[in-house]
Formats: sequence, C-alpha cells, structure tokens
Amino acid sequence: MARNPQLNKHGELQHLLTTEGLPRDVITRILDTAEPFADVAEREVKKVPLLRGKSVFNLFFENSTRTRTTFEIAAKRLSADVINLNIATSSTNKGETLLDTVDNLAAMQADMFVVRHASSGAPYLIAQHLEATGRDHIHVVNAGDGRHAHPTQGLLDMYTIRHYKRDFTQLSVAVVGDILHSRVARSQIHALSTLGVPDLRAVAPKTLLPQDIERLGCRVFHDMREGLRGVDVVMMLRLQNERMQGSLLPSAQEYFKFFGLTEEKLALAKPDAIVLHPGPMNRGVEIDSAVADGRQAVILPQVTFGIAVRMAVMAMLGGGNA
Amino acid sequence: MSLPDAELLLADLAAQMRPHMTPDTALVGLHSGGVWVAQRLHALLGLAQPPGALDVSFYRDDYAQRGLSRDARRSSLPFDIEGRPLVLVDDVLHTGRTVRAALNELFDYGRPARVELAVLVDRGGRQLPVAATYCATRYAPPAGSRVKLVQDDGRLALRLVQDQE
Repeated sequence: MARNPQLNKHGELQHLLTTEGLPRDVITRILDTAEPFADVAEREVKKVPLLRGKSVFNLFFENSTRTRTTFEIAAKRLSADVINLNIATSSTNKGETLLDTVDNLAAMQADMFVVRHASSGAPYLIAQHLEATGRDHIHVVNAGDGRHAHPTQGLLDMYTIRHYKRDFTQLSVAVVGDILHSRVARSQIHALSTLGVPDLRAVAPKTLLPQDIERLGCRVFHDMREGLRGVDVVMMLRLQNERMQGSLLPSAQEYFKFFGLTEEKLALAKPDAIVLHPGPMNRGVEIDSAVADGRQAVILPQVTFGIAVRMAVMAMLGGGNA
Repeated sequence: MSLPDAELLLADLAAQMRPHMTPDTALVGLHSGGVWVAQRLHALLGLAQPPGALDVSFYRDDYAQRGLSRDARRSSLPFDIEGRPLVLVDDVLHTGRTVRAALNELFDYGRPARVELAVLVDRGGRQLPVAATYCATRYAPPAGSRVKLVQDDGRLALRLVQDQE
C-alpha cells in the first residue's frame, strides 16, 4: 500500500498538503498542540524558541496578503527567520520552472516551504520532488492550491468549532456557498467527516456544487432555509467576485437573496449556533453585516486561533530531524 | 532496597522551605510530577498565591532531535511574576536540562525577583550547573531505571520504572 505522502515512516506529519486522508489522531494532535500555542500571544514575550535558526520560505505563486501574514506571524512566534517571496511578480515570469525555483531556494538552506499556488497539486509536486532528491528534511505546508485544498484553514475551523462545541460527534454542520470553487470547503468537509460529524450539509445553488459532493458524505440542500434548520455550526464561504462574470450566477443581489446569511435565515439554526467565515468577507453578498458583527459570529476568533494552529503545524513539522 | 516515602519527603521539604517563604512567594510546578508536589506544598505552607504550572515542551533542548513532545500542555501562571520571589518545584532533579528550559520559559513572562528550586529527590547525573535550593533526599536509582512520582488517591509515592531508551 502506498504511504500517505504527508506522513513519515513513523506515522508522524512530514508535510501538510490536505486534510483528505489525514488520520483522525493526527488531526486531533494538531488541535491539541495548538492549545498551548494559543497562550503564547498572551505573554510578555510572544515567542517560543522552537524554530530558532530555521528558515521558513513563504512561496506565494498567487497573491494572498492575509494568509501570508498569518503564516509569517506564526513562524516568527516560533522564532524562525521568514523569507517572503511573491513569485506571482517574480522569476517564474522570467520563465523559471516551479521545481527550479524550489531547487534554488533549497540551495539557500530552506527548512520549510509554505506554498500558495493557483494550480491544484503544486505543493504535492514540490514535496515529492524534495523526497525524490533526498531532501526530506525540508517540509512543505500547503497554504492553498487551486480548487484542491487549504488544510490550515480547514484545521483552524476545526479548532474553532471544538473550542465552542467540544464534541464533533453530536453536531449538525452546514457548509454554505460556492463549494464548487472552494478549496476551503473541501478541506473543511474532509476534516469534519474524519472527526465524525454525523450530519454534514452542503448548501449551495446547483451551479456551485461539485458533482461528487454526496460521495464526500454531505447531504445536499438547494434551499438555504431547509439547509440551516437545526444546525449547530454555519460555515459560510467567500463568493469570489470573478464567479459573477460567467454564467454561474445572475447577480450579487440575487445571490444574497437566496444564499446570503441574514438574521432571519440564521434564526432557523439552533439558538446557540455559531457562524464561521474564512475571510475576506463580502458583506451584502454572502453574509449580512448584522450577522457578521452579531453575537453568533466567531469570525475574529477564527483569525486568532489560526495563528496558534499554524504554529502547531510548523512546530510539529520542524523538529525531530536527527 | 526500598524507595523513600514521598509523603515523608514532602513534609521534610515543606519544613525546609517554611522559614524562607514571604507573603509574595509563589510556587511554580513543572509538569507533571512537579505540579502535584507544588499543589501539596502550597497547602502545607499556606501560601497566598495559587501555584503556577509550567510545561517546558516549547523550550526543551532535544526538540531538534526528538521533535515536539506528544503531550504539550498549557503553562499557567495565575499571578504577575514581575518582581516576585518564585520557587520552581519538581519531583526529581536529574540532568538539570528541564530546569534550564523552565528558567528560559519563566523569563518570557517577566523578570522575577528571585528563583529558587525545590525537589523531592536529587538523583545526581547533572549535565548543567544547576543545584536545588531545597532538596528532601538524594537517591540514585539502579542503572537502567529511573524514579517516577505517582499520585494515588491524593497521596504521593515514588516508583522505579525502566528507562525507555
């Protein structure tokens, strides 16, 4: 049987590429490890020395200031040196291949690559290349690849849900919005299903749902009111503006009318339901301001927890190499 | 050869410490045995400050070799350490590396007035220049084994266990 490319021969995390196929005990260990890291930010010195002397390269082949910043903060709180490369505006434009870029940076003694790429599978390709060339001391963290995966976002959402709801095996969770184009949704759904959520719902218009959605263990709802009835957790997705240009959606106003989260629709969920959103939000498109700023939103805690979860992932990857 | 009685050691350790405690003194136990000892000492000494607990996983010097500890827990210091006299508390003092890590972690919370070290057992084998301020006994376990503190029904006891590696 082929080895899970994310795990080393001891079953420990070697790269973080996707939540798909990540064993439940590994996910749980990441969430458990993130808890003490959450406290580091409360101290006089917001740093621990684990990655002192290590170099973390943020390789962003696709721009994302926010995600890059959260990885940068997490790495710096672990005392790593962080080098940011916005390759979207750099040497690949001069014709260099992805793997040549990686080889060059590896020759600069990189210890970890945090990779964002518009093509699905690019971080996996880099991880495979590093292992095939005997450089398995270099670790890869996927910071979002194409429509495929955004595992740290999925994991920080799991941390957030566990923080407020404790037990995954008792929950109804609705993932709402543009699931078809969303790497976040895929990472969430795989993690929720591995953690044993018994009632997992995909709420979206037909044009924004992948064909295999039911195979992932989701019940499909095209009517948002039906989909939200009685849920404990509402996970909103960002509607990417460029989707409006094709024929997938009529207009932002019409999308908001049917799939925007308003107080009136949220009232159908459990009274203590929480609302997540990965940011950046389009107010008045997928979420109403009254909900985004309301008492059930946990969108800003998600951001804070995200630093701790990324610290946990990088700390689990960066040690034990001898 | 019988192991020392941990409850007697605890009473002896408290007696050694009592004359030196001030109204501001706080105890900081090191996970996990040290936390139990600190909780018992706190009650015996009648200190005002609740005891703190440190998990030094993020400061250990074997992270590069062995990776992050599987059961890293939250550290909690329920008092401001700035200018405060502190006593680090551990069950067994061996190489001194845990104490080194604990001192590094403490100073990321602030600058204490003074840091002392209290241990139930000094088993020798130091690899760093670390000494206990208060120590209830010296005991060297037989080769290939180590001393472990267990808590059973609120009572502390020492056990000999085989070294893992």
